[in-house]
Amino acid sequence: MTGIPWREGLSLVLIGVGVLFFLAGSVGVLRLPDLLSRLHALTKADNLGLGLVVAGLMLQAANVQEVLKLLLVWLLVLFASSVACYLVARSATAAVVRADDGAPIQPTQPPPPGELAAGGANDR
Amino acid sequence: MAEWMDTALGIVATLVLATIALGLVRIERGPSNGDRMLAAQLLGTGAVAVLLLLARATHTPALLDVALVLALLASVANAVFVLRIGVSLPQSPPAASTGTDPAPDKDTAQGTRA
Repeated sequence: MTGIPWREGLSLVLIGVGVLFFLAGSVGVLRLPDLLSRLHALTKADNLGLGLVVAGLMLQAANVQEVLKLLLVWLLVLFASSVACYLVARSATAAVVRADDGAPIQPTQPPPPGELAAGGANDR
Repeated sequence: MAEWMDTALGIVATLVLATIALGLVRIERGPSNGDRMLAAQLLGTGAVAVLLLLARATHTPALLDVALVLALLASVANAVFVLRIGVSLPQSPPAASTGTDPAPDKDTAQGTRA
């Protein structure tokens, strides 16, 4: 680790790119129009950002045990957040169908004025 | 050896913290309760990243275990929310601005989800 520390430089680059992905995920959660789009932005961008941060930290780990534990954290977050996002998406789809009084999703059907929010979510 | 690396990791952890703080805005104005739980999931993932960075910056390996627990807790909270309450869409945009979900919708949500 004398001279130019290439490993720490690469680590900082990976962590920096990971922070950019975190920023993209947060901006997507703030700016995207409906629940499923926000779910999409959150799931991909944040888990990729966390993966890049973990990869950058692995390059600085002291021993093999720390590397394995970092990898375990990332895999656990991947597994758990994909399960949670699937559950939220299924519940949101059920709520949209329920808002149409149990009718199947028909994009050409004009929604009643009171249900503009639910009808707009169907159009995609 | 790497004083500057610890400082840099601390700065990066602060940046991630500022980034996930944007999710608080979505919690405040999210139209449905699903949006709020989604932002809570964002806070959980970002907090795991902050803890991993701090574990390296402060040479505290115990924070890795805290990150493991937090990764589990955020997702378990989300799963319990979906199974017990369910996403209920707001009735209309004016109702969404108040931030309260109507009670009958929540009842049907529980009946369908159970």
